[in-house]
Amino acid sequence: MVEFLQHVINTFILGSTYALLGIGLTLIFGIMRVVNFAHGELYAFGAYCVYFVCVLLGLNFFLSLFVALLAGCVVGALIEVTLLRPMRNADIDTTMLIMIGAMIVMQNGEQYIWGGVAKSVNTPFPETPLVVGPFSVSWLRLFVFFAALVLIAASYFLINRTKLGKAMRATFQDRDTASLMGINIQAIYMWTFAIGSSLAAAAGALLGPVYVISPQMGNIASLKAFAIVILGGLGSIGGATIGGFLLAFAEEIGAGYISSGYRDAMGFLIIIAILLFKPTGLFARAERIG
Amino acid sequence: MKRLFPWFALVAFGSIPLWLHDPYLLNAFITTGIFIIAAMSLNLLLGYTGQLSLGHVAFFGIGAYASALTALGFDVELLFGIRVVHEPWPVWTGFVIGVLIAGLCGYIVGKLSFRVRGAYFVIVTISFAEVVRLVALNWVELTQGPLALISIPPITLGLPGLGYFDFYSKQSNFYLVLGVIVISYVIIQRLVNSRVGRAMVALKENESLAVSVGIDVTKYLVLAAVISAGIAGAAGSLYAHYLKIIDPDVFLFLYTITMVIMVISGGKGTLAGPIVGGLIFSFIPVVARPFAAPEVQWILYGLLMILIVFVLPDGIVPAIEKLLAGRDKKKAAAPSANTSMQDAP
Repeated sequence: MVEFLQHVINTFILGSTYALLGIGLTLIFGIMRVVNFAHGELYAFGAYCVYFVCVLLGLNFFLSLFVALLAGCVVGALIEVTLLRPMRNADIDTTMLIMIGAMIVMQNGEQYIWGGVAKSVNTPFPETPLVVGPFSVSWLRLFVFFAALVLIAASYFLINRTKLGKAMRATFQDRDTASLMGINIQAIYMWTFAIGSSLAAAAGALLGPVYVISPQMGNIASLKAFAIVILGGLGSIGGATIGGFLLAFAEEIGAGYISSGYRDAMGFLIIIAILLFKPTGLFARAERIG
Repeated sequence: MKRLFPWFALVAFGSIPLWLHDPYLLNAFITTGIFIIAAMSLNLLLGYTGQLSLGHVAFFGIGAYASALTALGFDVELLFGIRVVHEPWPVWTGFVIGVLIAGLCGYIVGKLSFRVRGAYFVIVTISFAEVVRLVALNWVELTQGPLALISIPPITLGLPGLGYFDFYSKQSNFYLVLGVIVISYVIIQRLVNSRVGRAMVALKENESLAVSVGIDVTKYLVLAAVISAGIAGAAGSLYAHYLKIIDPDVFLFLYTITMVIMVISGGKGTLAGPIVGGLIFSFIPVVARPFAAPEVQWILYGLLMILIVFVLPDGIVPAIEKLLAGRDKKKAAAPSANTSMQDAP
């Protein structure tokens, strides 16, 4: 029982960053209909931002998180304007191929600049974990959990309470009508991609120091983000949040009780099972396969 | 002229081992040929049925492992104490079994994943490939995991009346790969020019219309998946017996991407496309090797891929065909204009 509860604690910490990753992708996938293979690379990019600012420049750890958030936003906007805007009316396979190209360039660019050796970041948090009864959790992970919660809340606020969020929701529901109502669709797409990328970079910036930072970390992150989006249903932020925690739970249980080698397989098995048996996702209201 | 072109190409490529003795370049041709076979099989799905299977490397890897394990033998304990012992079989049976098992996996994956389309189909196929990779990595008793399967014997074949062949040298492997390319080409050509092929193209162009005129979409998609997976399995088997070592990295997503780049750049939905694209993209590393690190080569790959999607969305082969057709039309148009002028007065 103690072991199980420890897994639950780990689930909350891992799940909060997965939720960030998923929310970012569900916005991009839902609103723009772009299968964003570069999502995981922005996750890795965020982690390298922290490494660059915190280790190489020797600046404050918390500052580096803000840098990652902002840099992710800028890179996302750049990718959208240069690669996706000219291909706005192309079919979904074409934009997917462009994003695969972007993924290859970004991942190998990271490898070229930073080398293949994994990097680690020292954080200002104490090494000794917080121990409550039989459970223990490191201070860094606790911080990651709360920081991720703040960002999740911020994206809820952005989507549901601001004018930009309203325009994004309108574009998601019906692009042409939204355009007729005077919404600048090009700007909405740019902001969607920038915000989604920024959330992915934030997830990488938070999770990077917990583990190690390597150029390959983006590979699996893209696929996990897809698993979360499929779990939660397309375009649903609430779904992506719950999906993130569910995926983390499945991984923890899979790693804890089956075999740690199959930790990453859980996400893929979930994708396969959900798409085959309940293709609308667990929480989606609208039909989405067409 | 156009009909004769494949024969010219075959003779030209067939002569390569006669004058090219550099082992590095010969090796490059052999691995290129193996990836061309895999790209041709992907083209059947992507180009003719319009389904982007990004888990295609799974069939390649399954073919490689099935073939190698048939030839090497294994001894594993399954659940409930059931033990399976397999003595090594003749190596050519490994090739056949690799093709059959890959085809069977194509059937299962096709049956299950063609329920969804577009982005969801892509994601299911990637997930399948990743699950297979993790199984290959973790089922150490069967696959040796990251330690790799080593000392895989080369393909040997005893034909009654024709003697005994073993594909050990680079020259013989070259002809073996060329032979499999020709067989795959003929199979795919026969298939796409038949009723089945027309049905596939019909459902690629407009699925609901195809259904409304009575085409059994799932049946044809699954058929394409089985043949495509079988050919990919053949490529995987050649790969395993040529390199003599395979590890779970054969299932890496990057290999699928390599195949996709070959198909897209050459021209999806054309018979020659994967061959042209395969030759171009396999020889970029050979040319770039002296002055570019592997990462830089991959960056070039990625940029080229984006560039091709932007500039030549149909691929190289259709672009050349269009160019030739345009010139023919001009030639044809010019004399007729003359005659009409002469006729006029």
